[in-house]
Amino acid sequence: MTVIARAYPRVIGQQREKSWIFFEIFLPMMAVSAYVFVYRAIGAPEDFVGFVVIGGAMTAFWMNVLWNMSSQLYWEKEQGNLALYIMAPNSMMAVLLGMAVGGMFATSLRAVVVILLGSWFFQVQYAFSSFFQLMLVFFLTMIALYGMGMMAASLFLLLSREAWHLSNLAQEPIYLVSGLYFPVSSLNFWVAAAASIIPLTLGLDAMRQLVFESGASYGFLSVTVEISILLVLCVVFLISAGALLGHMERLAIREGRLTESRR
Amino acid sequence: MSNPSLHYSQDQPETSAFRHSYLRSFRMSAWLGWQIESNWTDPFLFAVYSLVKPLAGAAILVVMYSVITQGAFEAAIFPYIYLGNAFYIYVGQIMNGIAWAVIDDREHYKTLKYIYVAPVSFPTYLLGRSVARFLVASISVIVTILFGVLFLQVKIDPSAVDWPLFLAALVVGVVMLAMLGLILGGIMLLLVHHMWDLGAAVASALYLFSGAIFPLDVLPVYLRPIGYAMPITYWLELLRRALVGEVAEAFPTLQRFSNLELMGILLALTALFSILSIFVFRWCEQRAREQGKLDMVSNY
Repeated sequence: MTVIARAYPRVIGQQREKSWIFFEIFLPMMAVSAYVFVYRAIGAPEDFVGFVVIGGAMTAFWMNVLWNMSSQLYWEKEQGNLALYIMAPNSMMAVLLGMAVGGMFATSLRAVVVILLGSWFFQVQYAFSSFFQLMLVFFLTMIALYGMGMMAASLFLLLSREAWHLSNLAQEPIYLVSGLYFPVSSLNFWVAAAASIIPLTLGLDAMRQLVFESGASYGFLSVTVEISILLVLCVVFLISAGALLGHMERLAIREGRLTESRR
Repeated sequence: MSNPSLHYSQDQPETSAFRHSYLRSFRMSAWLGWQIESNWTDPFLFAVYSLVKPLAGAAILVVMYSVITQGAFEAAIFPYIYLGNAFYIYVGQIMNGIAWAVIDDREHYKTLKYIYVAPVSFPTYLLGRSVARFLVASISVIVTILFGVLFLQVKIDPSAVDWPLFLAALVVGVVMLAMLGLILGGIMLLLVHHMWDLGAAVASALYLFSGAIFPLDVLPVYLRPIGYAMPITYWLELLRRALVGEVAEAFPTLQRFSNLELMGILLALTALFSILSIFVFRWCEQRAREQGKLDMVSNY
């Protein structure tokens, strides 16, 4: 029940606020368009346009994880709700899970719109090789990504206003190392390998391999290996999130940080 | 802040006190802005934070370019993209900074109403709040360009740079961005907290339409007029021409204009947007007062 209750405002509330729908579609579309025109200006193969469209859609999930998962407990603290969450007779893990499920669903709708608009506007050609693997990769990426978000949320529990800056910092550098706008194999192998800790990196690489004709030739690892690593990441992040949340909650209570608001 | 007129003797001209009050409002808000921007962490982490974001943004473009051209950084298009992206850092920081100050003061610190009733010039206060971001942006721009010169073959010869043109364009551009920011700041007075993305949305749109990272000719024909109407397009072109003259002039978009003509267009558009900003800001301010929005906290 807690999961459903926490997911509800994510799904319904976000649809009610029309300006959010606009911004969450408009902003990725602007970035996608700018990078597509850069590729066109330098004469890139057309598949790169598709790479950018898919990458742009995936930024919506990263933004959601950063601002609506990781930073969420910080927002709640700022607004004075966090202590109420802790006092209420429900599991914090269920609250985080609800946030993840609701956020994932609401963001998926926006990501689909970005893909549809981008594909239509830039005439992207797709060549699906395995629909089953594509769906598997997508769901594993989402579970691992939101598991990571749940883990980060518990870390952010201890932060104050620096939480905002840290989330802000985790945008462009992550876009870079995760290869959101170019194949991650273009980076140094070890950089790409280190970036694979972020589920977006392997998820996006596998999806590109599965939906574009030239995708496999730009792939970092084989799709099967990437699926296996994503599976491990799912387990590790979800278990770590549970353990870390309990630890951080106790620490925050002991150090009196639950109601702290340093502006 | 106390009333500045109290610090003047009766026989001092009123204009001097008036000017002094503006300067003091500006100076104090600039200092306040700096404190807000920087004192959340230690100086080292702040420096890293300020540099990592813009360098990562530039690196995305460098990798994209490198993948396609196999690292042909000597081609004319590369400095075009790289310098446009570097100077665009100012756009996001200055323009968005002013709009963000409204949200920050009203919703986060809840001090907007006190500042508004204090004897300070409110638009001057908002402009001052963007100074810290201007300083941080300047360091980011310098580091980004230095990185390009040292490691990516962006050929900027200091002896060949048209410094008067560069400095004039930079100053006019910063004023123009501040005026655009004031328009956004005025609009933000009427909007609720969760519209905080407006500044970022405008900056993203201008990034696309102003030819910051690709020549405008790449855009579909029906979208180009938007770019031609934006002062940022001419500002970036002037900065590129000042730093890497022949390279920038090689692109057909604004080839038919001389530097003087481009400066004339930039000045005219800056004047136009400045006048517009005064009217828009006053109108929004009046509406916000009438509707009781100056102290309305909409955060939830």
